[in-house]
Amino acid sequence: MVTSVTPSQTRTTGPRGDAGAGRPTRKQARSGGARNLRARTYSYWFYAPAAVIYGLIFLVPTVIAFYYSLTRWTLFDSEFIGLDNFRQFFSEQSLVSGLKNTLIYAVLTSGLKVVLGMLFAVLLTGPIRSRGLLRSVVFFPVLVSTVAVGITFSVLLQPDFGLVATVLSKVGITSPDWLGDPSLALLSVALVDVWKGVGLATLIYIAGILAIPKDYYEAVDVDGGSAWTKFRNITLPLARPATFTVILLSLIGGLRSFDLIWTMTGGGPGFSSDVIASVIYKQYQAGFYGLATAGNVVLFVMVSLIIFPLFRYFNSKEVES
Amino acid sequence: MRTKTLRSVSLEVVAILVALVVFVVPFVFMFLTASKDEFESADLKFSLPTDWAVVDNIKEAFAARDGMLLTAFKNSTILTVVSVAILVVLCSMVGYVIQRRPGRVANLANILVISGLIIPPAVVPTIWVLQQMHLFKTLPGLILVEVAYQMAFCVLLFRAFVAAIPRELDEAAMIDGCTGLNLFFRVIFPLLRPVTITVILTSSVFIYSDFVNPLYFLPGDENATVQLTLFNFLSQFSTQYNLLFMDIVLVTLPPLVLFIFFNRKIVAGMTSGAVKG
Repeated sequence: MVTSVTPSQTRTTGPRGDAGAGRPTRKQARSGGARNLRARTYSYWFYAPAAVIYGLIFLVPTVIAFYYSLTRWTLFDSEFIGLDNFRQFFSEQSLVSGLKNTLIYAVLTSGLKVVLGMLFAVLLTGPIRSRGLLRSVVFFPVLVSTVAVGITFSVLLQPDFGLVATVLSKVGITSPDWLGDPSLALLSVALVDVWKGVGLATLIYIAGILAIPKDYYEAVDVDGGSAWTKFRNITLPLARPATFTVILLSLIGGLRSFDLIWTMTGGGPGFSSDVIASVIYKQYQAGFYGLATAGNVVLFVMVSLIIFPLFRYFNSKEVES
Repeated sequence: MRTKTLRSVSLEVVAILVALVVFVVPFVFMFLTASKDEFESADLKFSLPTDWAVVDNIKEAFAARDGMLLTAFKNSTILTVVSVAILVVLCSMVGYVIQRRPGRVANLANILVISGLIIPPAVVPTIWVLQQMHLFKTLPGLILVEVAYQMAFCVLLFRAFVAAIPRELDEAAMIDGCTGLNLFFRVIFPLLRPVTITVILTSSVFIYSDFVNPLYFLPGDENATVQLTLFNFLSQFSTQYNLLFMDIVLVTLPPLVLFIFFNRKIVAGMTSGAVKG
């Protein structure tokens, strides 16, 4: 019946006091034989199968990408051409707009997910009786395939007969061509991305808000503070770790976002909604493997420059608070 | 006091209505369009079908392109089940040793895990590597790719859970002469069951819904996954919206069923993994 024992139950049965407390000293007291036993029990061989797959399929390609981005490449042979691919990436208008769009898309989607996720979470931790149902309704799109969402919304957003246009015309608004207007296409896709992803942000915030001790809110009640005071002075600062998580997750997702854009606009009209990931796919399809790999390196650098510093900054903030 | 309850009730009604319109209407639209006949579905209207053609549409969607959808469901099932099985075994082992044996190696492993979460994979070089292994455009190749990309997330979940299992348990087993793989699979792995279920659910949803990796690593109609059929149907059925949406409904059903039964587990996995990361 070992299987039915949960960790929390077993914890109470263990001789916690003497064995657990002296972990640092116990290490010194151990003989060579014990260390050997530890090495055998927690053998590094446990890493081996995972390391082989991760190394071959993820690390090796990431490293060799730096070399092949400097070549003209057919997958069978390659010719070293220096920085030409990168020069092309930063000079051709269609590729430059891809860089810009990637940033706009990532910042816009994660900003909206933070704001709306927080708003929904506050509503859904409030005294609403149907909150369980509403949480599920908001969360479910996270699980649905992006392609299905993309196709459905490109139909809903059709300029003439689409549901959105029909509803808007009933209230007397002429619907714009959401996906066909170059100045709107990226924005429309970003909004659908938020529709699909805001449920995860909401649930992360709900977890963060529920972890805040009730006493703090009661203290505000005693002082006669308003609901806004509670939000401003307790919820907002104490849910900060959740905010960091939501920002990091949606930036990581937003910067490499591809499938929704590809199904809804294909990067168009023109290049108006192209992002780096769709540019990479187009170059790959066209057989420019070196150029596509250079795009990957650009994306890698961009993600590293944005995410790793943010990650360190957030971690230091969390230690402080 | 009464105005307050009245206000909260009306707020609730508004919230429910907005949520229903914004988050449920698109799904209702999918279902309604999937139930119409070809002619009516072309209007793209949000209306009840005059004739419910659900069964006919299911049959036609499966029959299209020599039963591509059926093959795709088979492929997606194999892809998901095998990848998740490999992930559970390998990542639980890694999470266990990372947590139990801190030191330089564990630090390196942790850095690799964080990198795996953040760094976008280099696609064309990966194709090249797969080609060297003769696995490009094969299901095993795609399985390896999914395993490699999901690994970081699963290791995080397992590592956090192993921390809650007391070491004394390992030590007791060691005294009984149980070490290595034996100790792990006999004593520790059964205790990981709650997190194992979470890992199975979340990573199957991710892998089943994945579109980008099959697009790159398993191109071609004959061995498509379900997400690719959506994309192929989009080009083929641009006039037959009923079949396109029937395909969408069929493909959305498995996650829906999982969600209905394991709502809490899935949410726990996605948010806990996220918060730890």
